[in-house]
Amino acid sequence: MKRIGVFICHCGVNIKGTVDVEKLTRDIAAYPGVAYIENYIFMCSEPGQKLIKETVIEHKLDGVVVAACSPTLHEMTFQDDLVEVNINRHQLEVANIREQCSWVHNDMEEATRKANLIIKTAIEKLRLNESLYPISAPLTKKVLIIGGGIAGIQAALDIADGGYEVILVEKSPSIGGHMIQLSETFPTLDCSQCIMTPKMVAINKQPNIKLYVNSEVESIEGFVGNFKVKINRKPQYVDPDKCTICDDCTDVCPVIVPSEYDEGLAWRKAIYIPFPQSIPATFTIDTENCLGFNPIACTKCRDICQPNAIDYDKKPETFEEDIGAVIVATGFDLYPVEKMAEYGYGKYPDVLNGLQFERILSATGPTEGEMHRPSDGKVPKEIVFIQCSGSRDPERHNPYCSRICCMYTLKHAKLYKHKVHDGQPYIFYIDIRSGGKRYEEFVQQAVTEEGIVYFRGKVARIYKEADKMIVSGIDTLTGKKIEIEADMVVLAQAIVPNFNAAKLINTLKLNTDENGFLIEAHPKLKPVESVQAGFYLAGTAQGPKDIPDTVSQASGAAAKVLALLSNDKIFHSPIVADVNTELCSGCGICVAACPYGARELDELAKVAIVNDVLCEGCGSCITVCPSSAAQQKNLSDEQVLNMIQIYTS
Amino acid sequence: MNLPYYPGCTLKSHAKNFEDSAIKVMKILENPLVEMDDWVCCGTVFSMTSDDLMLQLASIRNLLRAEEQNLDELVVLCSMCYNTLQRAKQFITADEENLNKVNDLMYKENIRYQGSVDVTHLLSVIKDRITFEKIKEKVVKPLTSLKIGSYYGCLLLRPKEFSIDDFEDPVIIEDLLTSLGAENITFPLRLECCGAYQTITKKDVTIRRTYEIINSARRSGCEAIITSCPLCAFNLDQRQKETGEEFIDFEKMPVFYFTELMSIALGTGWDHNWSKLHYVDPEPLLKEKKLI
Repeated sequence: MKRIGVFICHCGVNIKGTVDVEKLTRDIAAYPGVAYIENYIFMCSEPGQKLIKETVIEHKLDGVVVAACSPTLHEMTFQDDLVEVNINRHQLEVANIREQCSWVHNDMEEATRKANLIIKTAIEKLRLNESLYPISAPLTKKVLIIGGGIAGIQAALDIADGGYEVILVEKSPSIGGHMIQLSETFPTLDCSQCIMTPKMVAINKQPNIKLYVNSEVESIEGFVGNFKVKINRKPQYVDPDKCTICDDCTDVCPVIVPSEYDEGLAWRKAIYIPFPQSIPATFTIDTENCLGFNPIACTKCRDICQPNAIDYDKKPETFEEDIGAVIVATGFDLYPVEKMAEYGYGKYPDVLNGLQFERILSATGPTEGEMHRPSDGKVPKEIVFIQCSGSRDPERHNPYCSRICCMYTLKHAKLYKHKVHDGQPYIFYIDIRSGGKRYEEFVQQAVTEEGIVYFRGKVARIYKEADKMIVSGIDTLTGKKIEIEADMVVLAQAIVPNFNAAKLINTLKLNTDENGFLIEAHPKLKPVESVQAGFYLAGTAQGPKDIPDTVSQASGAAAKVLALLSNDKIFHSPIVADVNTELCSGCGICVAACPYGARELDELAKVAIVNDVLCEGCGSCITVCPSSAAQQKNLSDEQVLNMIQIYTS
Repeated sequence: MNLPYYPGCTLKSHAKNFEDSAIKVMKILENPLVEMDDWVCCGTVFSMTSDDLMLQLASIRNLLRAEEQNLDELVVLCSMCYNTLQRAKQFITADEENLNKVNDLMYKENIRYQGSVDVTHLLSVIKDRITFEKIKEKVVKPLTSLKIGSYYGCLLLRPKEFSIDDFEDPVIIEDLLTSLGAENITFPLRLECCGAYQTITKKDVTIRRTYEIINSARRSGCEAIITSCPLCAFNLDQRQKETGEEFIDFEKMPVFYFTELMSIALGTGWDHNWSKLHYVDPEPLLKEKKLI
């Protein structure tokens, strides 16, 4: 019989305050197999761990139960202690008598009785634990990054600089994301394109990065270290090697469509380059609008193209790549004003969203940076900015704060004031959240020196009278109703997850929260990892954030990936399913039940088998197996029944 | 099909024209309104002050009467009655305990209310059961060239749980006007509060509201506005007297119930007696447009 040591932690008063640890020690001491028992104020402290290690050697223990907090916190600590004294790490069990006992009970007698049972079940499990060793698997040292905005770009550059290969997939014809659309960035007011384009150029020049634009990830199969990805690339129909970017084709193209880059405030042709600094710098034909796919209708661009770079017959291509890890950086969209009846459903041309206003401010925008409103080109003299439009509104729109709107709205008002000196900006706000570095100083400077008028309150309705937009709202500080006859209104629309990413995220089986943002493995301590091994998160796909935070998170994700790739192999927990081939009838129910594709039938032997590396030890196959042939390592039926017996006897 | 109809007190007095015209047009539309027996006051504003049980009683007693008379719904014309009865209905269907408590309070009634009666506004009946296409077919005198603004006020739309249409951007009255051949005009303040019962205690508030709402309609090109609420009609029509005294630049504008205009368009005509219940006489406008 195993010689088992039991160590009961007081956790200060966290456990001791509710559980009578002395009585518990006396009671458990008499339990069969317990060779040694001790209680101590903090088992996780250095002296606590030393106590365990010395006792194991001195009393020749084979296994240890630590009765303390949740195993998610210190299981690893105590396992490492056992390994140090040459005992297999799977000879340790943690009995959770804090979260599952002392914290949730008041009655000391009852809590002590329950702690007693919890410890005994841990002893019963430990009694039959096998010694196990990690399963190793090879590791492909190549990374897939989905999304070519600032998050994807930053992560790609960091990983490529670390010497590993990167595959960067972007859905649109150019990388750059939303950041390349911005005019200036808060709080320093440096030009967004000026700080963004060097990074975009670096992507093009970095030999470790393979860029797929106009492309989408179709599927990812496999497991951490060993994924296979399928990428679909739509043709651009213009051969980048032949194209000289002479621009003759756009002159003759008869089709005009709203420009995505200018957020619908300007037009582009069906053959186009998204913006001057596009990477890659190639023209693309937009198949949805081009007439050339019916050659009888139009071949104007092909006819005029001197280097013969245009080929309408190009077909979509599918690529397969082996990769070891994935960074998901699919970014955001703005909450559609079309969903907001109170702000006019998007039917008023002079009610813009934040990104549209960025385009108006931008030197490369439709007005070349001059302040004109879309409807009639007039210079707006009174302009209203509305914060939290669609944010912090759990009843009708989104419950969360979009985090960046306080700052960018203020930036908008400031830049407007710099362009229209006699203009009057008004801002409706709920709270001003300026938590970033130098953000509060930016706010104070604007409020005291720029003549921006702030109203604390929400706008109830916007409507049009003559050529004015009437903004009707309330100032909650004075309790007065406010009506402003504005020339233009800018809505700080809520940040929502990229509309096009939902399908992809579903395919990848990544977890999202109730608002569609990707969920990190731990909200504080694992902010860049996904719960799924091998997937990492960066940027606004995980939640609204500004540029500095996005870049930090992207670099964080890159560092995590670099750490993973610096190993020669990857290791996998040995707590997996196992098959007793004597009992298995080869019915295949487990194959259907396995969510990880780790189960298959051995056609020759007519039994089910487990692919150790794919198995996550979830136990689905064990519960469905009709003959009990499937058993979880170190959680066999016998162990489970023994544990249950503690409660029933 | 007969429609069981709950009138409420205003439709028997100040808004007699509303009732008369509604009865006329619903007959033409082959869904005649049949007044229920033994109705009492809907409870008006008292049920809106809080969710206290006592205040729901008047409304629920009406629903109980309907159940006794084997009616499975009540069609309501007055926006206030609609709102009050609908609130009471939601109050007891939301929680069985509420229904039990109300029944216990009404212990003198010999039967207990089972909660089976639905409350529907006449506009919803027109939209969903009669349909605007059918109305269009039945129009004999289209309201061509009459520029009308639809005024909703608040009681048809809020609380949003029983709004008869999109509570931020309703179109039901506009659609009705279009089917009658009128030129419907969406004016900005059509959802604004008319001042409601402030008209008794703070008359100046309603005068101000009336001034703004009517002016907003006029600036948008309306020649008249329509409503389905006797309280809105009182504030927007009768209060034009005081509004004219307060603001020298104020120009008067007729205010109709939607059924009055339906009556003209569907051929049951205009009753001169209705004009007596309007402060701003609509007849000159109707004559100018050759509608009477």
